[in-house]
Amino acid sequence: MKLYWHYVMLHLKSLWQYKTSTLLLLLGQFLVAFNLFLGMWFLFQRFHQVADFILEEVVLCFSIVLLQFSLAEMFGRGFDSFPILINKGELDRMMVRPKSLMLQVLGAKFEISRIGRILQALITFLAVYQTIPWDWGFLEYLTLFFMLVGGSAVFMGMFILYASFCFFTIEGLEFFNIFTDGAREFGSYPLAIYGRRILQFTTVVIPYALTQYYPLLLLTHKTDQKWFALLPLVAMLFLVPCIAFWCFGVHHYRSSGS
Amino acid sequence: MKKIGALFKLRFLIGLQYRTAAFAGIITQFAWGSLSILLYHAFYQTNPEAFPMSFSQLSSYIWLQQGFLALFMIWSMENELFDLIHQGSIAYELVRPMDLYDFWFIRSMAVRLAKTVLRCFPLFLIASVLPFPYSLVLPTAPLPLLIFLLSLLLAWINVVAFCMLIYISAFYTLSAMGIRMIAVTMVEFLSGALIPLPFLPDSIRFLIEWLPFASMQNAPLRIVIGEILQTEWLNILGLQLFWAVILILLGKKMMKKALDRIVIQGG
Repeated sequence: MKLYWHYVMLHLKSLWQYKTSTLLLLLGQFLVAFNLFLGMWFLFQRFHQVADFILEEVVLCFSIVLLQFSLAEMFGRGFDSFPILINKGELDRMMVRPKSLMLQVLGAKFEISRIGRILQALITFLAVYQTIPWDWGFLEYLTLFFMLVGGSAVFMGMFILYASFCFFTIEGLEFFNIFTDGAREFGSYPLAIYGRRILQFTTVVIPYALTQYYPLLLLTHKTDQKWFALLPLVAMLFLVPCIAFWCFGVHHYRSSGS
Repeated sequence: MKKIGALFKLRFLIGLQYRTAAFAGIITQFAWGSLSILLYHAFYQTNPEAFPMSFSQLSSYIWLQQGFLALFMIWSMENELFDLIHQGSIAYELVRPMDLYDFWFIRSMAVRLAKTVLRCFPLFLIASVLPFPYSLVLPTAPLPLLIFLLSLLLAWINVVAFCMLIYISAFYTLSAMGIRMIAVTMVEFLSGALIPLPFLPDSIRFLIEWLPFASMQNAPLRIVIGEILQTEWLNILGLQLFWAVILILLGKKMMKKALDRIVIQGG
């Protein structure tokens, strides 16, 4: 763990050498996320609500999912550039080092620019938090915390899965975007509005709905099923098959040569 | 002219080699399109009167947008060009007996076309056999299709001309990433890539429709789904042509200025 923080500090220092570029990047990240919010806002200007969700509820959902994603991304983005590591044979170099492989991949990249996105998510969350009409007690705050932890874990699992496939395909698989970037973008809305099938898929196969839709019902007082608060923790089990697949991949890895 | 043709053909053929990537792209775009349509469907069911077009028109818009994604997307720029500028290999480009602006312009157009040709047909085929309000419906009369193709061509030129401005900006900044991201975000919103422009409130929509960004995907897509009336067609095409000329002239001027003061070190 100490080593990981050392990696993070190194990245921070190297970024600080290019202040203007970094600041512009932060601004860019901020705007990208803001764009989504703007689109949502204009749609609600026209339609006022979607299914039985009003703007505040959807914005709450949007900011939580964005936080989940950017937390996972900030730490796990090393997996995103994983195809490059394999292609260039850098992975082979990592493997001979006497430290955990996963740790090194995680530390290979740390994206400070994602803070722009976190900032955006936090501001949106605080803004909507001011306007929410529901009383939040201990249960709700706990649910929120679980959502953040569980959601980041699922996104992280997806990143690991993406990287693990690269052991076999060498190239990155574009359709994974649907499950990462797509999940972030479409996950800004409660997943139930996409219909029953999508909800089932995101409950059972890739448990995004467990960290998003069900606990959100609790936060917005649409249900009194208190156990929904625990669902994000259940979703964390998703990490188990992902890590297992990663280990399987490492085992079967053959260098791409250089 | 022969040079241009050869260059275009070369880049186009290179682009056609990436078939697996295209296949993966088609799946991604199909999934993306389906989810977008489901999202709008949820809004439609909640409040059908507030929908600014028919649902079938919206579906067609989304499918065409996904199919022509490679033609329209601002965010897919050629990293190679940025690298050329930053790493100094630009020197090789400068000795070519051809205007650098024209060279890059043709190259970008060909790359985009190759990507699109590989992706759009399978996607359109699947999209057109879907059940009715969710499917892709194209006009059967020849005139709207012809106008659509003209408008598509102009949109394509506008997109490339705008990207050129961003490539050229890399001559002035160390890392173009930030500028690129900000520009891309702006254009995504103003061109109707994020939500189709008719969904915006009328007051700001009126303004946005005059900007060069509305001459990108907004114009051809809305013409072909029949959302823009026949009487407006010529005005739209005229506006697109106007912006294409302005963007190209601006780009050429910026390029010339950048090249005048460029210093390449080492040898």
